[in-house]
Amino acid sequence: MSERVSEPVPETETSRRSLRRTLERVGLGLTAALAVAMLAFIALDWLRGFPPADLLFGQFMVVGQWMDYYLGTNVFRHPFMWRAIATGVLIGVAAPLVGTYLVHRQMALIGETLAHTAFAGVAIGLVVIAFTGWTGSLLLVALVVSVIGALGLQWLVERTNTYGDVPIAIVLSGSFAVGTLIISWGRDVISIAISIEGFLFGSLAIVTVEGARMMAVLTVAVVAVVAITYKQLLFITFDEQAAHVAQLNVTWYNTLLIVMTAVVVVGAMQILGVILVAAMLVVPVAAASQLAHSFRETLVLSICFGQLSILGGFAFSISQGLPPGGSIVVVAIAIYLLAILASSRSVTALSTH
Amino acid sequence: MATVRRGLLERVASYRPSLRPTSSDDREAERSEDGGGGRESTDQAGNEGERAENGGDETHTRVEDERDKHPGVRDSTESPVPPVVSLEDVTFAYGDADAVRDVTLRIEPGEFLGLIGPNGSGKTTLLHLMLGLLEPDSGTVELFGQPVEAFDERGRIGYVSQQATNRGSTMPVTVREAVTMGRFAHAGFSRLTDRDREIVEEALETVEISGLADRRVNQLSGGQRQRTYIARALASEADLLALDEPTVGVDAESRDAFYRLLDSLNASGITIVLIEHDIGVVTDRAERIACINTELFHHGDTESFVESDALEKAYGATGRVVHHHH
Repeated sequence: MSERVSEPVPETETSRRSLRRTLERVGLGLTAALAVAMLAFIALDWLRGFPPADLLFGQFMVVGQWMDYYLGTNVFRHPFMWRAIATGVLIGVAAPLVGTYLVHRQMALIGETLAHTAFAGVAIGLVVIAFTGWTGSLLLVALVVSVIGALGLQWLVERTNTYGDVPIAIVLSGSFAVGTLIISWGRDVISIAISIEGFLFGSLAIVTVEGARMMAVLTVAVVAVVAITYKQLLFITFDEQAAHVAQLNVTWYNTLLIVMTAVVVVGAMQILGVILVAAMLVVPVAAASQLAHSFRETLVLSICFGQLSILGGFAFSISQGLPPGGSIVVVAIAIYLLAILASSRSVTALSTH
Repeated sequence: MATVRRGLLERVASYRPSLRPTSSDDREAERSEDGGGGRESTDQAGNEGERAENGGDETHTRVEDERDKHPGVRDSTESPVPPVVSLEDVTFAYGDADAVRDVTLRIEPGEFLGLIGPNGSGKTTLLHLMLGLLEPDSGTVELFGQPVEAFDERGRIGYVSQQATNRGSTMPVTVREAVTMGRFAHAGFSRLTDRDREIVEEALETVEISGLADRRVNQLSGGQRQRTYIARALASEADLLALDEPTVGVDAESRDAFYRLLDSLNASGITIVLIEHDIGVVTDRAERIACINTELFHHGDTESFVESDALEKAYGATGRVVHHHH
């Protein structure tokens, strides 16, 4: 039949592919090792009341002092810096993971919207804490509000019969409006100790002990859910109607995806800030999609690129004393541009032989 | 048996004097929904008056009633196997405009049904109703003898949607990954087994795209891409294959090959429902035809369709050339 294609794959092509696969495996392995180490750090930090954990935590800090000694820095000896770095590393895993599905569902702006909802959540949390004297975490309130916002958005999108961006735009600006109102009103009534700029633009200093713990729990949960529902999420992303015909509960998986997004956004907001958080969901995925051949490869590459952006961004931010959010996003975009250059070069290479 | 149906069709034809010309504003509105326009709409322009509104509905209902009273009339009712798809008086409206009105239709196992009608006639809507993607406003839909709402036999239906409705053109997904999705419904949350992978390879082999398995779907030609979706349906071990204009934008040679593939799948026992805008292709390939324009104008074997005037009634046009060489 005319459509049958059985081109022999050239020798160089095979070796290039295997090199690529090896590199991806190494990248994913390193990222996983780093993420596990950071999870271990947060767990030790959490369990410091127990002597063995305390001892191990002490060792961690000794390693940090050695790192500072060799690098000539004053960073790694401080537990709060490690917490921020650990949170960042986990963001670099969870955000591109969820983002890969979002971007290919053409729902990239949902992340931005839910970050603004989370901002309203922070505002509500500030007021609630100030009035009730509740000692719970601000981020927990933001998480709850953001998840409610996600479900509300899903409801709106289904009622208005489109995945158009109109309900998204409304919820985005609406929740930000509510947030600013509450904060302005709150400033007149109570004293707000926390800097709002920290949440808007992201900061290493606002990563609290609870914030790091929350990110650890959320990351484990998100990775587990994606590992279990990888197939279903891929199917509805690729062909929603066919997935529906195959009796997958499309609405349920859409809701799951949007709630996971809300969760990741609240965790990532600490470092990246409300305004920049969506970049971590989108930019590494865009870079990976330029280069990847398969969906699985897209997932792996987005996580690797996400992690590179986080580490590069931290290095730049810490060395220059600039905010981490902007640094991370700039590094991510640099990687994206390199990916475009690399992919266009490989296209010309392909077309010449 | 064919003579019995012929007799019915003559009786159908005898109802024609009661047909009234239509004003059909709503149908005009509907037709614009497809946007493309195309040949059919131009054909329609001069012949508005020829189309039937309620008349067509009545005649059709009578055909069905007659069949219900004499079940033996239908080709395969002798077997106890329930029909693959069964629609009873199904009506569905977008807002105020009926897209599908009072359609009663059965598809028996092993049929190759061509679903035709002008642009905006409700073909895709009818297919979506059959598959449970839309819920009818009234009437009932059954799949394999079960109400469609309760139908949960994953993977029995393979659906190849119109090209534009899936992400094959933008998402980095390989052919093998796309075909493997056919196994997802069976696997649920557990890992894919070696058997699953074998089935995927067999499906790739059947539609002859094994050589393309590692390519991205968006690097394929239209014909190759549609084969990928057929392979996905095969991998899900579907008994019913529903295709919505699968060869739009596919070159003629690949299209012939594609329809030969459908023929051989049908010969192997898979029921096929095909929406096609090219009536010549449908009458050449399908053994039964359902011709709709909101209402069902004809449902029967291809020969009786070609001899009937259902086409003119549905399209509101006379003298359309129908290629037919069996």
